[in-house]
Amino acid sequence: MATNLRVVRALGMRSIRQTFRRPQLMAPIIVFPTLLLAIQTGGAGGAVDLPGFPPVQSFLQFMLAGAMMQSLMLAGNSGGIALAVDIEMGFTDRLFAAPISRYTIVLGRLAGTAALGLLSALWFFAIGLIFGTEIEGGIPGALLAIALVTVTAMAVGGLGAAIALRTGSASVVQGLFPLVLVVLFLSSAFFPVDLMIEPAKTIAEYNPLSLIVEGVREPIISGIDASDTANALLAIAGIVVLGLVLSARALRHRLRVG
Amino acid sequence: MAKAIAVEGLERAFDEVLAVQGVDLEVGEGEIYGFLGPNGAGKTTTVRMLTTLLLPTGGRASVAGYDVVAEARRVRASIGVALQEAALDPLMTGRELIRLQATLQGLPGAEGKRRADDLLERVDLAGAADRRVGGYSGGMKRRLDLAAALVHEPRVLFLDEPTTGLDPVSRKTIWEEVRTLNDEGTTVFLTTQYLEEADQLADNVAIIDSGRIVAEGTPASLKAEIGHPHIRLQLEEGSIAAAEEICARIGPLLPPMDGKTVLVEVEHGAADIPRVVRALDEASIAVGSLELVHPSLDDVFVAKTGYHLEQDGDESDEGEGAVTE
Repeated sequence: MATNLRVVRALGMRSIRQTFRRPQLMAPIIVFPTLLLAIQTGGAGGAVDLPGFPPVQSFLQFMLAGAMMQSLMLAGNSGGIALAVDIEMGFTDRLFAAPISRYTIVLGRLAGTAALGLLSALWFFAIGLIFGTEIEGGIPGALLAIALVTVTAMAVGGLGAAIALRTGSASVVQGLFPLVLVVLFLSSAFFPVDLMIEPAKTIAEYNPLSLIVEGVREPIISGIDASDTANALLAIAGIVVLGLVLSARALRHRLRVG
Repeated sequence: MAKAIAVEGLERAFDEVLAVQGVDLEVGEGEIYGFLGPNGAGKTTTVRMLTTLLLPTGGRASVAGYDVVAEARRVRASIGVALQEAALDPLMTGRELIRLQATLQGLPGAEGKRRADDLLERVDLAGAADRRVGGYSGGMKRRLDLAAALVHEPRVLFLDEPTTGLDPVSRKTIWEEVRTLNDEGTTVFLTTQYLEEADQLADNVAIIDSGRIVAEGTPASLKAEIGHPHIRLQLEEGSIAAAEEICARIGPLLPPMDGKTVLVEVEHGAADIPRVVRALDEASIAVGSLELVHPSLDDVFVAKTGYHLEQDGDESDEGEGAVTE
């Protein structure tokens, strides 16, 4: 057990170093969401005055959760790409040939993705605070939002890892990038569901990502809400289970096909 | 002798294609075993099964006494693996890689650091240890890969084409390291498409072609199967016919390579050279050059497979060995 934890930590550290040393992996996690946040808050800030828009201090306060979601989704995607690159260059063979549980290889990658999710949450909270955003849930609310973002990054990373293990192709995982954005736009990440038009509204209502977004957003814009938090945790648990099942199947497949 | 590797009827199918077909082999403890064959012959597939990276679809195999399917984790704890195309992360430093490998093998932190320092020194990479692997030369990458495979002092070391694409100097450095490791008691399973490499290093050699082992034995015994050595004589064109007539009395003539060469098989090797020289001298035939040629593994390869295993790896960066009909 102790050895497995050391392996997960070592692989997680490698994953983080890899992201910082490869700018093309870092850019989608921090640079793109920050730019989009700047463009949206600068260009669509008046949306807060629309009838039906939830009461917020500013559009930036509303958008912080969306930016964090975008960042963690792309962190999960980047983690999948990095794992696929490892498979392509044979690095995973080095890991598979070691006397460790093969699940620690996936967990190590997810630990790294979770750390990047944490970094992303801290980064966007820092931006919010610099531009005068108030966190209505106070420090407990901020900690809850940070924890949800971190865990969601790991959950989404599980899906990225499963696709990487199944396909072994970085270009396939990279090809999911537009899909990630579609899933984000069809959720409450960037706009309130109540103000959307059909069919986007219905899709967003059933999109589990919306539940997570609201779980992260509520502590920022109005305070901790037990019901929103529970819904977010439920959605995260669903993604975790899906990611674990798919990863386990993909690992078995990889061993069969070599 | 105890068996470090025992393989019986090993098979691997990919859909309809049988990449490895009923391979049987045994490798003794402390032996260097050369697994020789062209690209696509089934070498790497066999190694991947023996290192638990790929499940066999038939037969059985044990490494270090453990079954590769039922006791895979024990196998992995007993082996070191340096796979083809050194599987290194170009963004890591050499030191980071060795330390990660030490963690993967369950070494405590302090011991892992000590082993990393020792191994980097041993493979002459201490000076480059904190540079990213992406900036290493091909030879440095291979040495680093080898060092990583040794971090837990494995009983059995698998080297999959360890010198493919390397320059001759780097190749010799790897050979020396393999010999040293073997002297220290490590069993080495070495796949190669270089005949000279197998000849120089291996105690026993298996030749694999189209997924089947077509020959196995010591390099000397395999060559002995092929026949006796021959003497290659370079002569002036006008004297070829006379020289052939004289040499034919000493031993059977082999097909000539060109119009200036006579090849004669000799039963007693070097001991027959004076006879040949005397006979030609008595007939006043001038000899340009004379060479005693022993059967090579290439001759064995040709005899067993019907084609040559081309040795052009010095120019190859891709590790692609060409097969010529």
